[in-house]
Amino acid sequence: MNNNNMQYTYTKKRLQFGRQCNFTNYCKVEADIKPNAGYTNHYIQIDPVTQGTQCSKIYSVHEVNTNTATFRDSSIYHSEGGWPKDLNAKDVEQTVRYKRKIEKDELYIHTMLQLLPPMEQCILQNNACNIYEQYFSYMEPVSLIQRVYSRTVNVYRDILPIKRQITHLSWSPDQGNRFAASYCNTDFKNIINDNPQSYIWDVENPNMPCMILKPFCPILTLEYNPKDSNILTSGLMTGQVACWDIRKGSEPVETSLVKFSHRDLCNEVLWINSKTGTEFFSASKDGQIMWWDIRKLQMPTETLVIDLCKTDDQNVNKAIGISALQFEPSMGTRFMCGLENGIVISGNRKGKTASEKIATRFKAQYGPVISLERNPTFVKNFLTVGDWTTRIWSEDCRESCIAWTPGHRDFLMGGAWSITRFSVFFLIKMDGTLDVWDLLIQQDSPVLSVKVCDEVLTYIKPHEQGQLAAITNKKGTTFLLEFSDALTINQKNDKLLFTALLDRETRREKVKEAKNREQKLKMKSLRNTNFETECATGNTKNYEDNPKCLNSNTNNAVLIHCEEDYDNAIKAVSLKELLKEEGISNGTA
Amino acid sequence: MAQEVEETMKRIQSHKGVVGTIVVNAEGIPIKSTLDNTTTVQYAGLISQLSDKARSVVRDLDPTNDLTFLRIRSKKHEIMVAPDKEFILIVIQNPVD
Repeated sequence: MNNNNMQYTYTKKRLQFGRQCNFTNYCKVEADIKPNAGYTNHYIQIDPVTQGTQCSKIYSVHEVNTNTATFRDSSIYHSEGGWPKDLNAKDVEQTVRYKRKIEKDELYIHTMLQLLPPMEQCILQNNACNIYEQYFSYMEPVSLIQRVYSRTVNVYRDILPIKRQITHLSWSPDQGNRFAASYCNTDFKNIINDNPQSYIWDVENPNMPCMILKPFCPILTLEYNPKDSNILTSGLMTGQVACWDIRKGSEPVETSLVKFSHRDLCNEVLWINSKTGTEFFSASKDGQIMWWDIRKLQMPTETLVIDLCKTDDQNVNKAIGISALQFEPSMGTRFMCGLENGIVISGNRKGKTASEKIATRFKAQYGPVISLERNPTFVKNFLTVGDWTTRIWSEDCRESCIAWTPGHRDFLMGGAWSITRFSVFFLIKMDGTLDVWDLLIQQDSPVLSVKVCDEVLTYIKPHEQGQLAAITNKKGTTFLLEFSDALTINQKNDKLLFTALLDRETRREKVKEAKNREQKLKMKSLRNTNFETECATGNTKNYEDNPKCLNSNTNNAVLIHCEEDYDNAIKAVSLKELLKEEGISNGTA
Repeated sequence: MAQEVEETMKRIQSHKGVVGTIVVNAEGIPIKSTLDNTTTVQYAGLISQLSDKARSVVRDLDPTNDLTFLRIRSKKHEIMVAPDKEFILIVIQNPVD
């Protein structure tokens, strides 16, 4: 190649390059614009001037998305192939001939002789003993011992700076992906309820409430309509009830008139099981229960005053405040309410007079009944929470409860049954702990005790699917807790076992009740006979000293009658006892 | 020798629980079969692919190793595959009864 010729000579004299630069000053006017005095007239001075500045960094929004992989379904049609090219696979004769040729091949025979013996051995092996035999096939697989735990899933904080207590929660009826919380300061001594708004939260979004309800006064209780997730009803601090339609905005659709409403704050509202799905009832601390229809909300359709002394008088002044209300949709016209003096009333709306309506009473707690809940599966059994204990009652047994928790160190603030697992109930306490009791596992202490927060817990509402429960505290925070399967799912025999447990406890209480009655009668009779003997021996004593004796003497006929009554009662009770014992022994045998 | 092969195959077929015997060559053509044609073709196509894959797995794990036998246990029966360079012997057995 002529590489050597590929060159170019560049010649320049030394003085023409590499000289230093000489800078000089240079002055020249390129353009000259004179000020125009006429323009000053058009000049407008603005004072003050508003101008926005920003001291923080300026960010811009960018979206980045990775390329999505696109997938495609395809299929292959498998057809017979692999034959030599010069052979027509469709021609049976040709293929048979080809196969026969291979069969005669030395390689084929050689290979087959090598392959066949191990294969035969495998077959014999398979036939000799069943190496895959399942030895314990008759045993049913039992689930492992499940751990009991809970986990806080989400925390929903009040968006307002002044923290208010949450008094009530209600899960939406459709899948329960929302809940309505009513925020209200119940510390009435120093009312700072400057903002009455309450929220509906979406479970997925703890940052902002899904909807803000703006009533004119704080809501104490807010309840979803079980048939329509858009309609809510609420009890207000003024004693009025209000109805909401979340499609129509954040103001109440209709409010009851003050003159027909409760005279104290309306703290309980529950929907009842009506055909139209528009009826509900409310209870208040003034001791009245009112039934309403949202189609005509100005005044109640029915009013019942809980006056325990003279039930038919219906005197509101003597009524006892209602602190808990309960309604079970499967039990039609029945309702229950817990009073501030610890009595629980199991009522029936169908009663003709007020006394018939509130006939059944239970002396449940020493203080106000805070929570009153029927077991969702065993509706005859209910739970009352008050003072320092929780009691479980059976409707058959009026004198005493069938089970109770030992006294807690802290005041109880509420309780609820688990919706799915029927032996589980939750208790919330003043020190911020949540106790989970499982009556089938242990009856003397909770199976799980979790410190939810440092504040006072105020309300608990389990989710209908069982795994979640919303717990609120005094600072307006809602905690969403998730429980392990052991606390949500029923095992195979649990229903039977729990039925047996409840029956056994009810029977025990009944036997005790009968024993007590017998004892009382015996005491009474003893006293009576004492009087008689005293009278017989002390006839000579002056009667003025012993007015009782005199009395008994004069009322001899009454006494004899009483004795007869008592004898009959004893006989009846002992007979019953005998029968019962027989029954029990038969049952245990 | 060919006679001996025939006899052994017959004996295998007569063992308890044996449903079918198939011999497939390297191209996937069923040379001999005791099953009907469609089943045979299906077995031949699928099992030869599987045994190729199984062999490559064994070899990938250890290049000095080789696949000698393949037993596929299923709910209904066991498919036993004896692979070789040129031919694959497949036996389907129902060992439960």
